[in-house]
Amino acid sequence: MSAQQLMRPSAPRRWYADPARLALLALLVSAALCFLLPLYVMSLTSFKSMEEIRNTSLFALPPQLSFAAWQAAWSSACTGVACEGISAGFWNSVLIVIPSTLIAVGLGALNGYALAFWRLRGAGSLFAVLMIGAFLPIQVMMLPLVRLLAPLHLVGTLTGIIIVHVIFSMPVMTLIFRNYYAALPRELFLAARLDGAGFLYAFLRLMLPMSLPMLAVAAIMQATGVWNDYLLGLVFAGREHLPMTVQLNNLVNTTTGTREYNVDMAATLLTALVPLLIYALAGRWFVRGIAAGSLKA
Amino acid sequence: MTALTVEQLSVQLGGRRVIDQLDLQVESGEFLVLLGASGCGKSTLLHTVAGLQAPHSGRVLIDGVDRTWSDPGERNVGMVFQSYALYPTLSVEGNLGFGLRARGVARREVRERVLRVAQLLQLDALLERKPAQLSGGQRQRVAIGRALVREAGLLLLDEPLSNLDAGLRATLRRELKLLHQRLGATMIHVTHDQVEALTLATRLAVMQEGRIRQLGTPEEVYRRPANRFVAGFIGSPAMNFIEGSIARVGASLQFCATGLRIDLPAQLFNAAPPLDGESLVLGLRPEHIRFATAPGVSSAQIAHSGQDAHIGAGKVSLIEPLGSHEVLWLELECGTVAALNHQGQRYNRGELVKLAVDAAAVSLFDATSGERC
Repeated sequence: MSAQQLMRPSAPRRWYADPARLALLALLVSAALCFLLPLYVMSLTSFKSMEEIRNTSLFALPPQLSFAAWQAAWSSACTGVACEGISAGFWNSVLIVIPSTLIAVGLGALNGYALAFWRLRGAGSLFAVLMIGAFLPIQVMMLPLVRLLAPLHLVGTLTGIIIVHVIFSMPVMTLIFRNYYAALPRELFLAARLDGAGFLYAFLRLMLPMSLPMLAVAAIMQATGVWNDYLLGLVFAGREHLPMTVQLNNLVNTTTGTREYNVDMAATLLTALVPLLIYALAGRWFVRGIAAGSLKA
Repeated sequence: MTALTVEQLSVQLGGRRVIDQLDLQVESGEFLVLLGASGCGKSTLLHTVAGLQAPHSGRVLIDGVDRTWSDPGERNVGMVFQSYALYPTLSVEGNLGFGLRARGVARREVRERVLRVAQLLQLDALLERKPAQLSGGQRQRVAIGRALVREAGLLLLDEPLSNLDAGLRATLRRELKLLHQRLGATMIHVTHDQVEALTLATRLAVMQEGRIRQLGTPEEVYRRPANRFVAGFIGSPAMNFIEGSIARVGASLQFCATGLRIDLPAQLFNAAPPLDGESLVLGLRPEHIRFATAPGVSSAQIAHSGQDAHIGAGKVSLIEPLGSHEVLWLELECGTVAALNHQGQRYNRGELVKLAVDAAAVSLFDATSGERC
């Protein structure tokens, strides 16, 4: 064999010729099908009338595209006594998610920054206690929290549910920001200190702009987490501010006469739409942030 | 005027004493270099002066004011970090002006002072760039600029050249020296590179295990090392050490080792001359060994030319050519020594070469304490 032949890189194998890749592909496709099939059925059902649901197969396309179920779910379906759809729940959820996310991410970043760079006495133990909080199931803390917030007249208010969400998010938010900042070169912080930057100046002008990818990750995590919450909303939000998930449950469980599957499906899809949109729009940032946190300083 | 005074400073890191009761005074306008191997405490000393590390005991005075417990931002010191630590999200202009803005200096003045420093360091064309878009040398200049822009009385440089490749390092070393000459600022520079230390310093402190082993001009430290550690640390190839003892011959002293006798001039000794029979270590720089076989110099001439002392013959065991000169490793009866050959005379491996030394240039150290006699 000549040297030239040896030097030539071997031609890359086609993906369909590689059994390992084929197996991986098959696994991914079946996993995707498992998750997509319910979504497919739900979407189809939501566009059918009750008549069509009874007469066609579960997987059949709707003979006539109908948005009636979506309209009903949004504005006229009964959620308990009231029959105003889940639109009110949507706006309640928006009102809960936006402040809960902004405050939690902001405080988490500040906590992480303080723990990573300002070696305060007791910072280690504080962090350990926070981490214990992250691993305790929230059900355990539910009753004490109600007893704690009730005298402050915070149970059943918008402020109350926002405070509860912020509290429960603190361990994870603090952890991810602390780890992100701990991976940054410490000399950056020291340089800022020598430049005369104080606690907040260094945080706002230097560390916060440097943590954009992590801010995006934290915001996505927190926003979807709060949006998907059911239990805390049910207990702490009160009648006036029930989030969309609770309204959805009420809608599905309110049975007067026949069960309207198409309305149930439409309401469920409406509720799931926000997290889906967040991931679709910000997924790129999410991946980038995770990579930035783990691999790059 | 005294720019910095360090009194009885001790620093502990993780229970280990990194700096041990250190005293140091730096006069205004000096370029002091702290030289030492990694872990000797030189960077810790710098960080303590900057206020980035709390001392265990002792005092730090900057411009005569006790700053031992002051916030780093209040100390009026600028610092260049080894990694440069440029703010990645800010432009060069933002980096240079960060310290002024943090102190609430008016926007127009920030702009003016940033421009002045940028011109001084030839950064004016790069003001809009981010650190990631700069070369290593440019980043280093921005880091120096950031320390200069505040017009601090004291500039601390923590191995600022060690991240650069050799060629760039030499260029920036010259730039740094020119900058010091032009500004007349007080600078303290930490390095483990002896060439950097010798070329830049107006005064040089050699550190070991948290203590300053010698403090003096580079010339003093090189010519009259205070102890065996300093003698061996500075110089490349390192100083040759030969163990032997002192013999009194009439009025003069002689250093004796196996196959070696050197008459020692009286002015060689720091204080009282050593006693007869005391064991000592002779330190001999490679450039102070001369070759008797060099053209135009007869062995008799060397043997009788004033202070040069004939030390016998050595066998060439290794030759390291370095372009302008070569290092010859010679086997003597008392051990192997390195010598420099600048003369262009060619020697071969295994050849016997007659040698002489400049007796006035040797150093003598106590065999046990390692201190200079």
